[in-house]
Parts: sequence; C-alpha cells; structure tokens
Amino acid sequence: MTKFSIVSIARNALTHHENWPRQWRNPDPKPSYDVVIVGGGGHGLGTAYYLAKEHGVSNVAVLEKNWLGGGNTGRNTTIVRSNYLWDESAHLYEHSLKLWEKLSQDLNFNVMFSQRGVINLAHNLQDVRASRRRLYANRLNGIDAEWLEPEQVKAFCPILNVSPDARYPVLGATLQRRAGVARHDAVAWGYARAADARGVDIIQGCEVTGIMREGNRVTGVDTTRGVIKTRKAAIVVAGDTSVLAGMAGLRLPIQSHPLQALVSDSIKPVLHTVVMSGAVHVYVSQSDKGELVIGSGIDALTAYGQRGSFHLIEGQMAALKELFPIFSRMRMMRAWAGTVDTCPDASPIVSKTPIDGFYINGGWGTGGFKSTPGSAWCFAHTIARDEPHPLNAPFSLDRFVSGRLIDEHGAAAVAH
Amino acid sequence: MLLIECPYCGRRPEIEFHHGGEAHIARPEDPDALSDEAWANYLYMRANTKGWRHERWMHAAGCRRWFNAIRHTVSNEILVTYEMGTETPPLPTVGD
Repeated sequence: MTKFSIVSIARNALTHHENWPRQWRNPDPKPSYDVVIVGGGGHGLGTAYYLAKEHGVSNVAVLEKNWLGGGNTGRNTTIVRSNYLWDESAHLYEHSLKLWEKLSQDLNFNVMFSQRGVINLAHNLQDVRASRRRLYANRLNGIDAEWLEPEQVKAFCPILNVSPDARYPVLGATLQRRAGVARHDAVAWGYARAADARGVDIIQGCEVTGIMREGNRVTGVDTTRGVIKTRKAAIVVAGDTSVLAGMAGLRLPIQSHPLQALVSDSIKPVLHTVVMSGAVHVYVSQSDKGELVIGSGIDALTAYGQRGSFHLIEGQMAALKELFPIFSRMRMMRAWAGTVDTCPDASPIVSKTPIDGFYINGGWGTGGFKSTPGSAWCFAHTIARDEPHPLNAPFSLDRFVSGRLIDEHGAAAVAH
Repeated sequence: MLLIECPYCGRRPEIEFHHGGEAHIARPEDPDALSDEAWANYLYMRANTKGWRHERWMHAAGCRRWFNAIRHTVSNEILVTYEMGTETPPLPTVGD
C-alpha cells in the first residue's frame, strides 16, 4: 500500500499524478474464508479492517453486490455526533466519535472529518425540557454538550431566524462542538484500502443469493460468483437486512423505509455548523464544495424502491425556509433516496443470532453513518470472539424478548 | 405521491392515510399462556417483504377506518384494497 505523505504527493506531482497505483486489489473469490462479510459499505469494510487489525483475522472476504460504498454510504447526509440519551447509545456513539477523531491518521487516508459542531433546535417548551434532559444525560456520560439560549444560537449561527414571530420560534438549542461531518466516500475508500493492505479480499459485483446451513450452523454463502464456504457469515446490508436474514430463515423486527436527501447549488460559505431540528424536521450542513446538504424524515410506508415522495421534500423545504430565510431562493441541484432499516426502538441490532456463525449488523435507521467506526469495531469483536463486546451487548437481538429496548426516538432526531 | 383507493371513500392522495405495516397478524387468543419469545414474535417480528405484500392502511384524514391492501414494495404499485374481514386476496405469483 502506498503511504500517503507530503513526499509521495510531491513525487507524484512530478508525473502529473498519473502514476498513483490502485489503492486496493480486485481479486476473484477464493473457495473459502474464515469470515465472509456481506455488504461493502462503510460498516462492512470497517468490520473487515478491525477484524484484521484488532483480532488478527485477515482471511476475510467482503462481498458487495454493486460497487464499494455505492449503497447508503454513498447517499447520506454525513453528520457525525454522539449526543444520544440513554447510556447504552451514548457509550456506543461516543466510542465511535473517538475513533472518528483519529480515523484519518489511523487509515492514512483523509476522511475529511470536520468537527464544526452540531446544534439541535428546540421550538417549544417540551422540546426545551427534552433537550436539556438529554444534555445532562450526555454530560453524566462524559460527552460534551452545551445549552444555547436563543441569542447565543443567533451568535453561533447568524443566518438562522430566531425571531419570536417565527412560526416555530427557536427557544434554544443543544450544541455538541466535537460533532460534525465527514466525507462519506472517503470513509468507504479509506477502510477498503486499509483492509486490503492487511489481506482482506474485497469482491465487488458479487451478490449473495443464499445462506448455506448444516443443522444450526452456517457453512457458506451462495453467490452470483459461485459458492463460498465459511463458518462465519456476517451481514451488514442496510436496506436489505430482512431479505438476507430471510435467506437464513430468520425473521427480524425490522421495517425498511425510503429516506431521501437533496443538495443545492454550490454557494460561498455561509453555514459553518450543522443545524438539526426534529420538530420542524429538517437538517442542513454545507459541504466543502459549497452545496447545502439537506435531509429530513423517512417516508411512512415501507418500501425498497430507493425513491422518496415529493410531499416530504415540500415539508422539508418549508421548514428550511422558515429557519433560514436567506435560503428562500436557493436552487436544488439533485435529490436521491436510500433504503433504511428501522427497528421498533430506533436503535440498531449488532448481534449474534440463534444460528451459529451468523451475525447481523443492521437496523441503524437514519443514523448509521455517524456510527461507522464504532459499529464496525464492535461487530469485528463480536465475530472474532463469538460474543458481543460490552459496548454492543445491549444491542443484541434478544432485547426484543427481554423487553430491554433502547428507545432513542428522541435522540435519533429523525422521525422513524 | 401515491393515490390510494379507500374502500369507503374512494381514491385519495397518500398524505390522507396512515400506514399500518404488515396485515393479517392475529392477536394471540390467550396472551397469558405465551412464552416471552412468542410474545416478542407477535409484537415485533414482521415480514419486511421485498415484493408484493399484504398491509394495512388507515384513512386518517377521511373516514378513519382501517382497511387492507396488496402493494409492491419496490414499484409501489397497489394491486387492490379491500375491507377488513373480507376474504384475503392471494398475492400475485408472477411479475415480482
């Protein structure tokens, strides 16, 4: 693997950057692997990386039906934060945020992590109380959190409309300064490159069509490029978790919904932070290219079509215009939708299953991107040791039987 | 936006409706006799079919009555809507 450094950049500049080597191999699948990871998004590639790095398991294949990071990793709004309410979530997302803070150095790949802060607005008394409760919960868990009064919100984000005459007046906001955004593609590419360097086979254009079992144990996967034997199969396939689990005969508490986002024309820097509002339902940041990246909630119906409905965009734009009058004449450049797998408690499943050697990481709902490093790190531990790490043990499948649900509908900040 | 045929009110836009998930899940007749697993199965485990499926809708901004539908979860095509308690139409087997 080429080490990226000022020297390598200077050396390649001399040949007009035309001689950079490929950053990962494109191998054919071997007949068998110690671990097969289904899904080549950020979580799957990260899992492969941490399996090799932390657990010495490098005879690993990552199978991706399309191309790397072309699923939800390539179509999200890139927000990273850890201000969740319950201890279980706070610990998991904070672990993830700490990994984010060192990810570029760890991978020797610039994931463009930018700690520009995230503010969550409160628009009514109930919002204020719930936000402050979450803020104190964050602090008790050692997570940075601040309360901003309306005039402080205005000082922090001058283009925001905090007028008391607004339809949804801003009564305050929580601020997490360590939160921010990262470059979604770079996360997939960085993990792919680093995993490949440690011997992981990344196989693109390889769709899994069946999970093979002998009794209660996984023996391999059937794919469009032939049978691959393995004693450990792990599915990390946001959007298709139910479909893949169904191949192994497993029913899950997951429903899949469209989630869409859109991007404006590029403009000069006007928004230096991330603004979220669960009540009026929009969240927005400005990319390094200058586009506004705008998201809102999921479509209410379950669907796999990767198409969102226009009435959601209409509501989202109305909220955006109310909060930021300056954006009222912005032109939107493109919109896209992905499929998100949601659980009844708005928390993910990172877990072993009743089938030996079959592991599931999914159901992240609308918040999978922020958790990429932490999720992958915990999932690698779960696969390598065949038992969950204490950080992801509360997110096991058996919580739906025990009743120990982790209700994060409030902190998820997006209706699902 | 989908146009959905309410069996009672006729064809109306999607925003008048509330989506209710998988249809035809029978409430257990004797909940006290259920194991925790069986209860969790009834409460949370759902078919999340990629293709044709039976599902429930409620005409929230209209007659507020529940009814059932067969919809394709990739194309969003609605094959039929039908009243609660009537005979369940079979799912299409071709054209998935």
